Amino acid sequence: MDFSYTIFILIIPIAMFLLLGFFYNKIKPAVSGWIGVAGLTAVAGMSYYTAYQYFFNIPKVAGKFQTFFGFKMNWMNYILPKTEDLPERFLAIDMGILLDPISIMMMVVVSTISLMVHIYSRGYMKGDRGYTKFFAFLSLFTFAMMGLVVATNLFQIYVFWELVGVSSFLLIGYYYEKPSAVAAAKKAFIVTRFADLGFLIGILLMGYYGGSYDFMELNNPEGFNIILENAPQKFMGISVITTALILMFMGGAGKSAMFPLHIWLPDAMEGPTPVSALIHAATMVVAGVYLVARMFPMFHFFDDGFALHVVAWVGAISSLIAAIIALTQTDIKRVLAFSTMSQIGYMMLALGVSEYDGHEGLGYMASMWHLFSHAMFKALLFLAAGSVIHAVHSNYLKDMGGLRKYLPITNITFLIAALSISGFPLTAGFFSKDEILVAAFEHNKPIYFITLFVAGLTAFYMFRLYFGIFWGKKTAYEHTPHESPWSMTIPLMFLAFMSIASGYLPFSEWVTADREAIHGHIGLFSNLGAIHWDMAAIAIATGLLGIAIAWFFYKKPTDYPAKISAAFGRFYKWTFNKFYIDEVYLFITHKIIFKCISTPFAWFDKKVVDATMEGIGNKTVDVSKLIKGVQSGKIQDYAFAFAGGVFILVLIVMYML
Amino acid sequence: MNITSFLLMRHEIILLVLILAMLVLEVATKPSQKKRLINIAIGLFLIHTIIGFFPAETGELFGGSFRTTGLIHFFKNVLNIGVLIILLQSADWLRDKVAEYNKIPEFFILLFSSLLGMNYMISSGDFLMFYIGLELSTLPLVALVAYNSFSEKSTEAAIKLILSAALASAVSLFGISMLYATGGSIFFEEIAANLQTSNLAILGMVFFFSGVAFKISLAPFHFWTADVYEGAPIGITSYLSVISKGAAVFVLMSILFTVLPALTDVWKNVVYIVAILTMFVGNLFALRQQNMKRFLAYSSIAQAGFMLMGIIHGGNLGVATVVFFLLVYVFSNLGAFGVVQAISSETGKENMDDYTGLYRTNPKLALALLLALFSLAGIPPLAGFFGKFFLYMAAASVKEYLLVFLAVVNVTISLYYYLLPVRNMFLRKSDDAIPYFKSKSMMRTGLVLAVLGILVLGLYSPLYNYIVELSASVL
Repeated sequence: MDFSYTIFILIIPIAMFLLLGFFYNKIKPAVSGWIGVAGLTAVAGMSYYTAYQYFFNIPKVAGKFQTFFGFKMNWMNYILPKTEDLPERFLAIDMGILLDPISIMMMVVVSTISLMVHIYSRGYMKGDRGYTKFFAFLSLFTFAMMGLVVATNLFQIYVFWELVGVSSFLLIGYYYEKPSAVAAAKKAFIVTRFADLGFLIGILLMGYYGGSYDFMELNNPEGFNIILENAPQKFMGISVITTALILMFMGGAGKSAMFPLHIWLPDAMEGPTPVSALIHAATMVVAGVYLVARMFPMFHFFDDGFALHVVAWVGAISSLIAAIIALTQTDIKRVLAFSTMSQIGYMMLALGVSEYDGHEGLGYMASMWHLFSHAMFKALLFLAAGSVIHAVHSNYLKDMGGLRKYLPITNITFLIAALSISGFPLTAGFFSKDEILVAAFEHNKPIYFITLFVAGLTAFYMFRLYFGIFWGKKTAYEHTPHESPWSMTIPLMFLAFMSIASGYLPFSEWVTADREAIHGHIGLFSNLGAIHWDMAAIAIATGLLGIAIAWFFYKKPTDYPAKISAAFGRFYKWTFNKFYIDEVYLFITHKIIFKCISTPFAWFDKKVVDATMEGIGNKTVDVSKLIKGVQSGKIQDYAFAFAGGVFILVLIVMYML
Repeated sequence: MNITSFLLMRHEIILLVLILAMLVLEVATKPSQKKRLINIAIGLFLIHTIIGFFPAETGELFGGSFRTTGLIHFFKNVLNIGVLIILLQSADWLRDKVAEYNKIPEFFILLFSSLLGMNYMISSGDFLMFYIGLELSTLPLVALVAYNSFSEKSTEAAIKLILSAALASAVSLFGISMLYATGGSIFFEEIAANLQTSNLAILGMVFFFSGVAFKISLAPFHFWTADVYEGAPIGITSYLSVISKGAAVFVLMSILFTVLPALTDVWKNVVYIVAILTMFVGNLFALRQQNMKRFLAYSSIAQAGFMLMGIIHGGNLGVATVVFFLLVYVFSNLGAFGVVQAISSETGKENMDDYTGLYRTNPKLALALLLALFSLAGIPPLAGFFGKFFLYMAAASVKEYLLVFLAVVNVTISLYYYLLPVRNMFLRKSDDAIPYFKSKSMMRTGLVLAVLGILVLGLYSPLYNYIVELSASVL
């Protein structure tokens, strides 16, 4: 099968970037929007065609999907000179396009979401001064992300990884007149770069001891013994390769906003909302998950999967913390940001509890499936939130309420996405979350209970958001909010369809750890048969409970504001009593749950985690201020420092060492 | 030894001819015609640079005082390219500012003399040749630093440089005398054969190291750097930060490796401490600089700290990575200094805040500076990334993980300040941004060469492998 056309999946976005970037003064905004949409349509079309060819038309070999290269060229070759314990070796660095189930799945995700965001942005960014520049940056991001997912080796993935970081920096800081946006862009760039330090050292170690950067060579189980022979060093009880994997996961955790490297994600919401949907919901933030999945055989085999345990627990803890914090947020985009972090924690923990062969590899499949369905419904949530923000010009819940009358399409689509993320039966989120729960239940009970608890919390905060925006109190709006234009609602409707439909894709046949089908059911509705209904029942109950509580707290006040004011006299007591019950609930939720659990978590997050990171930055600047006086400008002082330096060096080498 | 053996000194002989030619031309040219000498001098130097690439013999002269190898020859070519770019970037400044004082030929004579000194220093086979080369490279530089006539800062910088340099020379000479006392010779090979670990030898090594560390501006011997860089004309600042520093790193490395192998365990510790200190000092000071020249001065101090990582490796791989890094550093730093020079000679502005909104008015200059700074910060796939990457690899392969970790922490700190000018240029807008101007053709050539170097070195691997092969033969 010839996949050489896939090179255009990379060429088209970068060509669009160059075109729009260099001629951004000359191209009319309307034209640039269409150029972006047309280009992305072509990219998406090719991705779908590739997926169709790969999954349906190419025969499997021995029941397994094969790996293809759409394009491969040798970029660089480096000599590693002979050392005491290793012979002289050659390290090849390639650039290419690797096609296997997960890379094709990611291509479909990235191109679909990017296309939807392009269409949506035509409406959302209308009238913005830098309209063309915005589309140029979007194209650059799409190029970088595509290059990342099709990478054939660690080095290529790292290069595109950084490029993704740069383009995300440009997009978050897009409203450069807002100081908070510029600060957030810098924070995101620097925090993720800090995490990338680990990634880089991990790649170094892997290249040096593993002897290759190529995924095909590294992930080949038959080569593991050779690698182990070449990398005998133990560091704190684990092999160098495991250390390298954990360091690489550090990079992934930075990009995927895992605790405690997540602090950039909430701030990154300063960017335009379509950017949040593209980068911070569906594509860039799952790069870390993708990296672990890409290196999965290594993660699984070295040191009995020690690195994978780290992944599982980091994922579980992040997922729990983020869900708890999401309860208290009032900025709707921040709720979604924490929710994203929580769901990515799900994907990580699912990978973490997975084994390699057959049905034991359920977690891997579940993680990838959840990645896919999450991309659809979370992008939808962000875009719908953008539509709401577009209508009321505020990010805060307090300025919203009762919007279902004004924004009918946004209302319905948001509801579908919220049901899907809450795991409501027969939606996409239900299927993928069910698989994660089963995988966790079979392999790691403590993580299973965390996962279940988070599922309840998710349903609760998501419906708190839904009721708060579309039901709840009737807010008096200065301008009557109106539904967004078609360019914005069409992507919403498409993604709403996908938020349900992606639950019926036969993922267990397509995307598995060892590339063999797990269940063997064929047909569109086989997923229903494959469900573990006992597990599903518990999950459904938890989700419904969360929704019910949210209903009870946040839908009701709709009826109250009017009644309370009308019944001020004679119905006062009645309302008061009713209100009193609400107060009790409020007391329980706000005073006990929020104050005692959630707020401390939020406080810890803000004051300790965030502050530590920022503190390191501030301290660096402080130290820099402090030592400024040393540079006095007097030559005597310099001579003194010189002599002192010599003297101290002599002391150190003669007496201390 | 016959007359053709002198061709081993091809670089030095041609430079000497150039210097003499400039002396004659100085006398022979009418004052009004002297501006033409700029083009003539640059043309001659271009020829010298090209001749440098012809294949060269390797061998020794003067009983081992002067030696040359493939790597030394290669490194001299690197220095030549660097000087050529500096000359191209300085041409406007010479024509506009210096011509009125009628000091154009002297500029070239001094600069070529300094380069001649560096070439001898690199090729030295004994401490006498080394010391003569060192002094010959430093003294003309003092005059060049003071080249902005009637500028107090420039004069002050020159005085600071000569006083500090005198101190450093004295210290390193003292160290050399102690090494002579224990090794019983001034020839590198004999010292290497005779030297035993003794307190006197260690003392000598530390003093010698400190003297050379001054030239590389390693902490705590770096204090002169910022003042001198700020006061000197920008072309000379780039020369100090690239050529002078590069040559000194190269010499330090080859002397530590070939002359003092007996003290390897000791000097590794010294280099380790100084490397960490230098990285942190350079980065922490750079954070708060407003003047672009001072900013780049501290950034170049931090970069020097990185080079020491390759020295710690102590083997062929270390040599190769350091030389590759120096090559990358030449282009990256000259790219950055070139843009600063272009803006300064056109508008006189040198502060970071003046660069606000530069992308809108002068997109090409802004892009060149962006590439240079990103390369210095080590963002892939630019050359600077690979330079640093190989240094990490060298240090990691001798299991200096802590050093690698501290180095990457420093890279993150440095990213913060390298982003400051980038943010000013690209993300902010200003009402009094530097208006559009078109640089002169020489300046443009200089910038294009630097940017090409940044882009090509990152993507063209045979060069690195070539350096690895060269360094395998050296030790």
